[in-house]
Order: sequence, then structure tokens, then C-alpha cells
Amino acid sequence: MTNTHVMIIVVAAIFTNNILLSNFLGMCSFLACSKQLDTAVGLGSAVTFVMTATTILNYAIYHWLLVPLKSEHLAFIVFIAVIAAFVQFVEMFVERFSPKLYHALGIFLPLITVNCAILGASLFMVNRSYTFIQSAGFGLGAGLGWALAIVLIAGLRQKMVYSNVPRPFAGVAITMVVTGIMAMAFMGFAGMVSIQ
Amino acid sequence: MADNQQMTCGPCAASAGPCDGKGKATLKDGVWTSNPISIQVLGVCSALAVTNRLENSLVMGAALIFVCVGSNLFVSLLRDLTPRRVRMIGEVAIIATFVILFDQFLKAYYWDMSKQLGPYVGLIITNCIVMGRAEAFALQNPPVLSMVDGFANGLGYAIALAIIAFFRELLGAGTLLGWTLLPSGFYTPNQLMILAPGAFLTLGFVIAFFNFVNGPKPEEESKP
Repeated sequence: MTNTHVMIIVVAAIFTNNILLSNFLGMCSFLACSKQLDTAVGLGSAVTFVMTATTILNYAIYHWLLVPLKSEHLAFIVFIAVIAAFVQFVEMFVERFSPKLYHALGIFLPLITVNCAILGASLFMVNRSYTFIQSAGFGLGAGLGWALAIVLIAGLRQKMVYSNVPRPFAGVAITMVVTGIMAMAFMGFAGMVSIQ
Repeated sequence: MADNQQMTCGPCAASAGPCDGKGKATLKDGVWTSNPISIQVLGVCSALAVTNRLENSLVMGAALIFVCVGSNLFVSLLRDLTPRRVRMIGEVAIIATFVILFDQFLKAYYWDMSKQLGPYVGLIITNCIVMGRAEAFALQNPPVLSMVDGFANGLGYAIALAIIAFFRELLGAGTLLGWTLLPSGFYTPNQLMILAPGAFLTLGFVIAFFNFVNGPKPEEESKP
């Protein structure tokens, strides 16, 4: 694992090992916020930013603090605290220095603390024993992949408003089926690169 | 931040009200009337990820029952002592503690299973069901009733997972719990059911089936 090039990890995390379509992470906000295209774009970019940063932060804390102290079992609680604190910090920072960006992005930031894709990226990073650079690449790629998936599905859902969905499928069920078909399409990338 | 939490897991706010009073009603509510997976569609990440084999999903169901009961009990015990502003972080800390307990238990006694589930045990922390029940039920109700509610929701989650895993393992590998039920000459396993798309499709159909049985439900246009 240690000798995989970082670009391979980025591409694989976006296409072949998409964190939403193949690891099913971040489904809650994916279902709740994918009705409008611009909402999806805003949330997607906020997730990409936070995921990249927290993966790097958590790498540093895990490998330079928890491992030397032999307290790896605290990883869960430390990771979630780091993510929550980072999101709060970014929110305050953005509100103070860029009110315009805050209006575009701000409302999505608190949602991100409870997005399991963010915590998932940190846990995968530990699980697959990435190096520092690889972790950064993985965080970026996974965030971009998640953003891509939610933007695509939001586009489809906006069109789907006009279609005649069978009654029991209306709402979440049809979104699941469409996501399934999209996951099949993404399987077409499978031969390109792979990480595991 | 509390409001936003409810926004992420949209439907959990809607289900907060109706179950005060009797334990039996609470139990039925969690398992059937507002089943966390098929009706409220909460915590679906792990529901999709671990249902490729029935065995995995049973363990995951047990984990969720344990975490839900434990965290609901402690959130409920501490509900009068916790200031409103810091209650979210308190809830997360309690939930994370129970998840760590379960993770360490798996690592100590069932190493293979721990490897199979990988990071998804840790992801119970961000599972909307646990957080949603702590927020919507345990904060307003006495400890014992909260435990019943935690158990009911954990059980509802476990049952929904078992249903999804039943179809995925049977159609995807022709086995159940590792035993071959559909021999290869008779049925060609459809690998797609084990892979990601199968998970989405199966869950979609299970939700549709629940909608079909429960009759038409009110439109969810209020969701963000």
C-alpha cells in the first residue's frame, strides 16, 4: 500500500472506489440535500474541503500522538472531536472574514459534523495504512467523489419531478433505485485503477 | 447546531412525538410503525454496507441494539444535569464510548468479524438512528422507557438489515449464513447483488414494499 502513487489514489477515490457509491457513506445528507442542484454543489464543495483537512489532521494526531501513546482505541472519540472542533472553527473563521462565502457555504458546515463520510474517510485512512501524502490525496479524492455523486443525483432528481413514478416508490425509494443504477454505471470505471 | 442535526436526518423530528406513555407502544413504534430503516430511512449507510452477508448484518444489528440501549440510558439519566448548549457533544461522547466498548469486544473475541466489518463499527457513532433517538426520545423520557425505545429502534434496524441481507446473500451467492441453499447447477449467483448496486436496489425495493403495505403516506415536500 505504501508505494501506490498519490494520483492513483485520488483518481481511484473519485471513480472506482467512490465513497458514496461503493462504500455507502454519507447517505443521510445525500438523501436529504439532493433535491436542488445548487444546494448539492454547495454541500459538495464544503464536504470536499472539510474532508481533505480533517483527514490530514486526523493522520497527524493518530500517527504522531495516539500511536506513540499506545492509545489507538481512543481513535473514534478523538476523530469525531477533531471533526466537530474543526467544523466549528471553520464556521467562525468564515463568518468573520468572508460573509459572502459564509452565506454560500455556512449553512452546510454544521451538517457536515454528522456526515459519516467525513469520519469514514479518517477510518479508512487508518484501516488502509496510508502514508501522509496518500492520506491527503485520499481525503481530497473521496471528497470530490462524494461531491460528484450528489451533484449528479441532484440533477437527476430535478428532472425526475416531472416523471410519473409508481406510488410506493415515490420519494426515497426511487432515489435509491436511481442511485443503484448510477453505481452500476460507475462500475464501468472498475478496470481503470484500484485501491483496497 | 441542534436544528441542523434534525435537518440532516430529516424525518427523525417527525417521529419524535407520538410515543410517550407505554413501553409496548414504544416497542411497536420502533420495530414497525416508524422502523428506522424502511420508514424513516435513517442510518442507511451501514445498512447498505454490511448487508452483503447475513452473518455480518446480524452482528451489526446486535451492535446497534447494544449502543442504542446504552446511550439512551445514559443520556436519559444525565438529561437534567446537561446544559442545553453542550448536550450534543455530551451525546456524542456517550455514544462513542459504547461504540469503543463494542469494537474492543469484537477485536478481542471475534477478530475475523472485526476485520469483515472494518470501519463500519466505528461509523455507528455517526449513525443517525442512535443520535436521533438520544436527541428525540431520551432527552425527554425517564431511563427505563428510554432503554425500551433504544431496544425497539435497534431491533427494528436489525430486522430491516436481516431482510436486506437475506435477499442479497441468497440471490448474490446462493447461500445463507454460509450454507449453500441454491446449488450452482440450479441457480447462477448474480454477483451484482453482492456488489454496491445490489445494495441500493434492494433497499429501494424494501422501502417501496413497506410503503405499499402501509398505504400512501403524506408527501414529504417539507424536506430541505
